[in-house]
Amino acid sequence: MAAPAASPVDTQAANTQTMTIGKALNNGLRAAMEADPKVLVMGEDVGKLGGVFRVTDGLQKDFGEHRVLDTPLAESGIVGTAIGLAVRGFRPVCEIQFEGFIFPAFDQISSQLAKLRYRTQGKLKAPVVIRVPFGGGIGAVEHHSESPESLFSHIPGLKVVSCSNPVDAYWMMRQAISSDDPVMVFEPKKLYHSSALKAPVDTTATPDPLHSSRVVRHGDAATIAAYGPSLPVALDAATAAQEEGRSLEVIDLRTLSPLDLGPVFESVRRTGRLVVVSEASSEVSLTSEVAARVQQECFYSLEAPVQRVTGFDTPYPPAKLEEHFLPDLDRVLYAVDNALEW
Amino acid sequence: MPSPEQWTRPDPGAGPAATAAQPSPEQVIAGLRATTEGGAELTQLLTPEGERLADSRFDPYLADIDAEALRGLYRDMVLVRRADRESNAMQRQGQLGIWVPLLGQEAAQVGSGRALRPADMAFPSYREHGVAYTRGIDFRELLGIFRCTDHSGWDPAEYGFHPYTIVIGNQVLNAAGYAMGQKFDGKVGNADDAENEATIVYFGDGATSQGDVHEGFVWGAVYDAPVVYFCQNNQWAISEPTERQSRLPLYQRARGYGFPGIRVDGNDVLACLAVTRWALDECRHGNGPVLIEAFTYRMDAHTTTDDPTRYRLSDELEAWKLKDPIERVRAHLARAGGTEQDFFDGVDAEADEFAAQLRDFCFTMPDPPPERIFSEVYADTPAALDAQREEYLNYLAGFAGGEH
Repeated sequence: MAAPAASPVDTQAANTQTMTIGKALNNGLRAAMEADPKVLVMGEDVGKLGGVFRVTDGLQKDFGEHRVLDTPLAESGIVGTAIGLAVRGFRPVCEIQFEGFIFPAFDQISSQLAKLRYRTQGKLKAPVVIRVPFGGGIGAVEHHSESPESLFSHIPGLKVVSCSNPVDAYWMMRQAISSDDPVMVFEPKKLYHSSALKAPVDTTATPDPLHSSRVVRHGDAATIAAYGPSLPVALDAATAAQEEGRSLEVIDLRTLSPLDLGPVFESVRRTGRLVVVSEASSEVSLTSEVAARVQQECFYSLEAPVQRVTGFDTPYPPAKLEEHFLPDLDRVLYAVDNALEW
Repeated sequence: MPSPEQWTRPDPGAGPAATAAQPSPEQVIAGLRATTEGGAELTQLLTPEGERLADSRFDPYLADIDAEALRGLYRDMVLVRRADRESNAMQRQGQLGIWVPLLGQEAAQVGSGRALRPADMAFPSYREHGVAYTRGIDFRELLGIFRCTDHSGWDPAEYGFHPYTIVIGNQVLNAAGYAMGQKFDGKVGNADDAENEATIVYFGDGATSQGDVHEGFVWGAVYDAPVVYFCQNNQWAISEPTERQSRLPLYQRARGYGFPGIRVDGNDVLACLAVTRWALDECRHGNGPVLIEAFTYRMDAHTTTDDPTRYRLSDELEAWKLKDPIERVRAHLARAGGTEQDFFDGVDAEADEFAAQLRDFCFTMPDPPPERIFSEVYADTPAALDAQREEYLNYLAGFAGGEH
């Protein structure tokens, strides 16, 4: 006698677990490794230790040392050998332990990874994923709290995304690994293990495209665009503004290169006001690019200059001062007020 | 004669010679020695005079190299040199934007290149035109890079020859990763040697100072990767002599990484072939990596933009001309008998035809169309880039037929 067929609701429940961003990234890596034996994970301490943030926890135990490589301690080496492995037909996922340590790899990323396809006019591809824990707010010493994503978003040939919630963390990892283009995933380290951001992840759902932004809260008074660790700040600001009767629209940019600004343009044409939030310094940055493109596309809709709430144009300060440096609820609301009162 | 150790390490208190504004006569002489003396451990199978030296260690790797095969290597080197000289001349005539001459390095490149099997993979720097030739790449396919119509050309998978890498040393890491992949794919240490593969990566003496080369040595070593690091020490990194890169003979660096290093006469095609075959064999059987220092000389400029008369003596060049990689094979063939003048004349005529074809091809190479700027940046092209492309092509179309 055949077992009764599971109802759609039951199936969804079986495929849906509630988890943190860190666990969602781990599950995304695991699912990709199960789906494709060519997927490798490589980096410093990603094996036995499971990564300093435990994002690769358990993967080496389950997939072996040839799938999860504890590499020598050199970032250019990680990316440089990943490129060779990719040319050979593998799909390496590199972990850079902290964003502040990525710069030895900048040469390989910019000179080889980003250009191999163009150099050979498509005869070679380099499907390498580079995972980068980034952003501040963890009370760390120097080089552990920075936001260098604009530097990489400036490089043609690379794609850059950032997740702000467990659903995106899972799917972005899956989609980045499937991509034939090199993708850098900037992961908000401060939010890895946030219980408040735990969310159900349905691994059978149809995800949004990797390179799309998304309206995550609807409103009509002003628009806030943010990504990664700044997204919860933007949502908190919108909640606080609602209590004062101001309805703010919040957009998660999600993809930093290429930017997907269509939803931002559409929103600004309705609200006439835009606040862009990022932990990165403002000068010559992603927030500059958003402001420039919005003035180009929405010139007649703007009721106020585009406001930016960002880290200052300084190196990242000693962590006792980081609360001043990082965009917070009050600074975002202050910028919203400026936009509304213009 | 001083040992390599002596000429690569200044006397205490002497200071590095190259920092002096005016080198003393002694320093000049020391430098001259530095660039002509291969050292006691130089592996040489064919002397500059064309005398074949017996070598119990490496002769087994030349068992198949009879007179006919040696004539083949001679032909390879003559054709490659002729194409190199023709390309250099075409740059002087404005047909190429730049040329990177290989003159003097034919034996290092042909010898090591001919040691490879089709399934092996080679990662060149940007001077390896001779290796490209041995991989079956039409010399004409190299010209686009130097005429600046393209950044590469050939299909790397088809020829087992990676694109040229211009950033010094990057390719050593890429090659180490590729070799790791060969190992992960089970292509090392199989009982059936036909199943085995190896990787070779080319770089120069200057590159050995790069961090990526160090890291490439580390990765290859700790993963037991089947990679041959083939350093063509041509004595000069543009204007800087090898002593500005290292106190130690370069091949001796291998010891610090835990794999064998060997110095070969880079102007001896038989020694380069045998030693590279040995090194690839070691790699295929799981005993990699291996470092080979091919001790050679860049007989022309770094590139056509360079002027070597500003930093090196003509005496040095004259000394190296006596070690010419092609002449010693010709001398050997002629001395051994069985190779008639007709053969040498025939190769020369073939080289002339080879060069003429190259020239005809180069002169008729079209410039790429503007849309080439936008092609193959991504596998999945962003809409904004497509829009930028369309905008620019429309802008250009606005001039069509109009006066501007």
